[in-house]
Amino acid sequence: MDTAVRELSYSQAIQEAMAIAMEADERVILMGEDIGVYGGAFQVTGDLIDRFGPDRVMDTPISELGGAGVAVGAAVTGLRPVFEFQFSDFAALAMEQIVNQAAKMRYMLGGAVSVPVVMRFPAGSGTGAAAQHSQSIEAWLGHVPGLKVIQPATPHDVKGMLLAAVADPDPVMIFEHKLLYKMKGPVPEGYYTVPIGKADVRRTGRDLTIVATSIMVHKALEAAETLAAEGLDIEVVDLRTVRPMDRETIIASVKKTSKLMCVYEGVKTLGVGAELSAMIAESEAFDYLDAPIIRLGGSETPIPYNPELEKAAVPQVPGIISAARDLINGVR
Amino acid sequence: MPVEVILPKVDMDMATGRISKWFFGNETAVKKGDVLFEIETDKAAMEIDAPASGILRDITGGEGVDIPVGSAVAWIYEEGEAYAGAPAAQTAVVAAIPDTATGAVTIVSQPSQVAAGAAEVGKVRATPLARRLASDGGIDLSAVIGSGPHGRVTRADVAGHRPAENRSSTAGSAICASAKPGSSAPSDEQVRKLFAEGSYELVAHSNMRRTIARRLVEAKSTVPHFYVTLDCNIDALLKLRAELNASAPIVDGKADFKLSVNDMVIRAYALALRAVPDANVSWTDEGLLKHRNADIGVAVSVPGGLITPIVRNAQIKSEMKDLGARARDGKLKTDEYQGGTAAISNLGMFGVREFAAIVNPPHATILAVGAGERRPVVSGDNVTVSTVMTVTLSTDHRAVDGALAAELLGTFRSYIERPMLMLV
Repeated sequence: MDTAVRELSYSQAIQEAMAIAMEADERVILMGEDIGVYGGAFQVTGDLIDRFGPDRVMDTPISELGGAGVAVGAAVTGLRPVFEFQFSDFAALAMEQIVNQAAKMRYMLGGAVSVPVVMRFPAGSGTGAAAQHSQSIEAWLGHVPGLKVIQPATPHDVKGMLLAAVADPDPVMIFEHKLLYKMKGPVPEGYYTVPIGKADVRRTGRDLTIVATSIMVHKALEAAETLAAEGLDIEVVDLRTVRPMDRETIIASVKKTSKLMCVYEGVKTLGVGAELSAMIAESEAFDYLDAPIIRLGGSETPIPYNPELEKAAVPQVPGIISAARDLINGVR
Repeated sequence: MPVEVILPKVDMDMATGRISKWFFGNETAVKKGDVLFEIETDKAAMEIDAPASGILRDITGGEGVDIPVGSAVAWIYEEGEAYAGAPAAQTAVVAAIPDTATGAVTIVSQPSQVAAGAAEVGKVRATPLARRLASDGGIDLSAVIGSGPHGRVTRADVAGHRPAENRSSTAGSAICASAKPGSSAPSDEQVRKLFAEGSYELVAHSNMRRTIARRLVEAKSTVPHFYVTLDCNIDALLKLRAELNASAPIVDGKADFKLSVNDMVIRAYALALRAVPDANVSWTDEGLLKHRNADIGVAVSVPGGLITPIVRNAQIKSEMKDLGARARDGKLKTDEYQGGTAAISNLGMFGVREFAAIVNPPHATILAVGAGERRPVVSGDNVTVSTVMTVTLSTDHRAVDGALAAELLGTFRSYIERPMLMLV
């Protein structure tokens, strides 16, 4: 694994994963709006069109429903398309193809076909892109049996999970937080996968388990460092996969620390943290809880355009610190 | 639903609290954020705000009574909300019963109310883990005082629970509280009038500040003070300290101890009190208490005041460093700062040459320690330079006369100047 310690950005890691998949398997194609010559709304596809040509790096019309439909159809008929949305918010336009077609087909046709499509969703707030381009909708899709929904938080994981997604026989939805695209981190060379459905304990601790997703993993780790200086020992679990959820890792962590806080950017109510909380409350870890389960999620509001309000609408490090401190000290 | 007003936990080790003052009465209208009452612990006082707006009813937490943390002490009803009589208390009520003979306050737990409701396990607020541990350990959850919000019982509460425990407050530092400062003192208003309006800021007193003020007024106005001062040559003490520290065994890569001058001063004073037991006393009207132990309260400056952790039995490898650190963090346990038969106040670290301290009853003496300074010393007809430390002993003259004070201080100096004697 550690043959190479080179660093790539999150978006470079995605591009490298797609290139490796395309080199290895000619059935792998890329589709999306402006991913060809333009290189993608966030320049993730870059110059792959020069390497693989317009037949395998295909620009689609400005119709998410149409593009997603072509991708699903291509997957059913034997290709392995990776379809990019410009913003995850536009999944709303393609819900018919995602929810009623891709997620259902294997089940309704008795396993005669599978839909090995990968859909990539630039997600989240923090870029000043306002209410229609900043949402975190992983819980919408996480609610649909038949889909796999992942939120890699690091360059290492996004490469490995994207390659795992391409290899997966079922539709996989990848939510890529836009603020992560420029984040750098070590990425091994060559082909490797990071399993879908497996959470990662990023920091071990005794006093509290924070289960976080995507960019919140990094905020939780920063909060944990600050609290460590106060003698508070926080365990940070990177959920990585929203569906199927890694019950085993989270239950084991909560049994150890007796306290759970969920930190996620999606709207708090009916979000990923709601599922985590309920899952723990139903599990054997219930009898180990020594405090209420706390959720820190997005505000019950569209993402504001005003940059200060935009920041305030999703969990930030100081809020994580004070909530964790209160939870450990028995104030909540 | 009326909103419970909870007696909160304001101090790490706090199991019960005492309401010193209610600012609102029954059936009065309160606004969220109004200061409802003030609670007092040994070390702190805190104003507690109303958690909601409405009508205050059913004040069950009386003033001056020890109440378990997390108990409901009153309820706030919304304007127009139906009132159907007092809600049932959810937590054990603990009553303080002053014992007139000893002045001690005994806290008697009255689990009867709760025991009656013990069958309704749902009434006890407890975390799932606390419930499981209580069940495994055969502990009646309703008898456990919860430290969490709303009296919620947590793992730590179950672990710290001792069945049928009868806790009693220590009366070690209790003093008669009857003394009131003379009425000739100018009123607050008169004092404020001496200064132009806007030329000062009025900072509310903390409970600790009030306690210090009250006790020092009592001490200085009821205890006749008498002072004796001596210079001590500490050259030999510094040398011995260096030798002792240099020969400290190494444990886990660190020296097992590092004695300070203050550690040795505490030791010397405790030994002097043992050697002059007539000075190791407390005055009571009934008779003189001659102490069998020499336990030294050491004044530690903390934000907003001071506190005196006790070094017991003339320890040399004292826990003073640990006690001092925890005193500053407000984490001393009651028995770590109550009691003691004499006291030391050391301002040497601030370069203070000498000062006189106020006796802290029931102690009869307090030793004020100045800085060790290089000073010219006359020996025979020669002037040499030595490190000299000036100490002033304040005594309660009712209990310790001048000659006895001089004997005690002289004995102290002989330990300081011939520090090897401290080792035998």
